[in-house]
Amino acid sequence: MLWVEHITRVRDEKDTQAFAELFAHFAPRVKGFLMKSGADASLAEECAQDVMAALWHKAHQFDPARASVATWIFTIARNRRIDIMRRQRRPEPEDLGWGPEEEPDQADVLTLQQETEALGAALADLPQAQRELIEKAYFGDLTHSEIAAETGLPLGTIKSRIRLALDRLRHAMK
Amino acid sequence: MGNEIKHHLNDAILMAYAAGSLPEAFNLMVASHLSLCDGCRTRAESFDVLGGEVLEQMDGGNAIDLRADSLETTLALIAGGPVAEPERKMTSCPILPSPLCDYVGGSLEHVRWTPVGMGVKQAILPTSKDASARLLFIPAGTAMPDHGHQGTEMTMVLKGAFQDEDDYFARGDVEIADSDLHHTPVADIHEDCICLAVTDAPLQFDRLIPKIAQRFLRI
Ligand SMILES: [Zn+2]
Repeated sequence: MLWVEHITRVRDEKDTQAFAELFAHFAPRVKGFLMKSGADASLAEECAQDVMAALWHKAHQFDPARASVATWIFTIARNRRIDIMRRQRRPEPEDLGWGPEEEPDQADVLTLQQETEALGAALADLPQAQRELIEKAYFGDLTHSEIAAETGLPLGTIKSRIRLALDRLRHAMK
Repeated sequence: MGNEIKHHLNDAILMAYAAGSLPEAFNLMVASHLSLCDGCRTRAESFDVLGGEVLEQMDGGNAIDLRADSLETTLALIAGGPVAEPERKMTSCPILPSPLCDYVGGSLEHVRWTPVGMGVKQAILPTSKDASARLLFIPAGTAMPDHGHQGTEMTMVLKGAFQDEDDYFARGDVEIADSDLHHTPVADIHEDCICLAVTDAPLQFDRLIPKIAQRFLRI
């Protein structure tokens, strides 16, 4: 249950030590993510700080039965990137109202965290070429045709490689 | 919940929604469909998980240096209190899912329709200019206006239904068309049809109306 405990400590005890550990792990990743998306180092630094501050303030919204800490931070960073770099809103789906008010069921938490780990392991096992395209799609703020231009691969190859990668990931999750 | 939706979002669109690389109008389409479709919502969530794992596994953990005072600055930021965020008003109406309610400023009654001929009405929604979103009202039995098939176009039914040569689209169903699809969907005869249509082709106010008129004259 990687990091879940840390978020709980931030939420319940305003624990700066737990926060510092989260920060040491995630802040450089968020900064790197934003730089690969085209932000310069100082904008990326500033946004990474915003994202980590948001994590502190939103800790009560985190629901470990619905997301891993990495997933949750990714969504905060992604939304921040859309906000800052594209100056757009990101419409969210209707809230189904299963908020984190009640303590989440431990079995659900465990299942979700295990599935996330399995997906992570499957991603790590992908052939390099497939993995890189997935990363580009997430980091690069690139459309398939822009990826094609950058890698020199024809569009059809890219689409089928991404499809292959997703098939492999799905297969690994079964 | 729409439990009989047959035409869903594809992986490419769901992945781009998770990655945050879609224009706002397409995000609105995805958010609206996910509000009606549990299956796609679950798939969309797994693309968020994938994004989290990409973030987790990036080499930035070692390669990217933070500023020396990064943690202190962030703690000072935290001490300053949360940044005020616009409150998400989660209104919804029986026809418009809440992301759309948000964009029309209320419910279906708040939509400011503009007639475009033959009883067809449209309302352009305020999104960024890289793509456009509009609500369309098509009287029962009338052909859908052609928005000029350039680029990718997605249409989701909110009320009533339409059909083209091959398929029938009812509430929650999404039709995805790219530039080489040519067809003339027609609203079901039994009921007026309301759709959300998004396209990444540039919005051409001056060309749209004559084109629609032209199409209807041919019917
Ligand atoms: Zn669906």
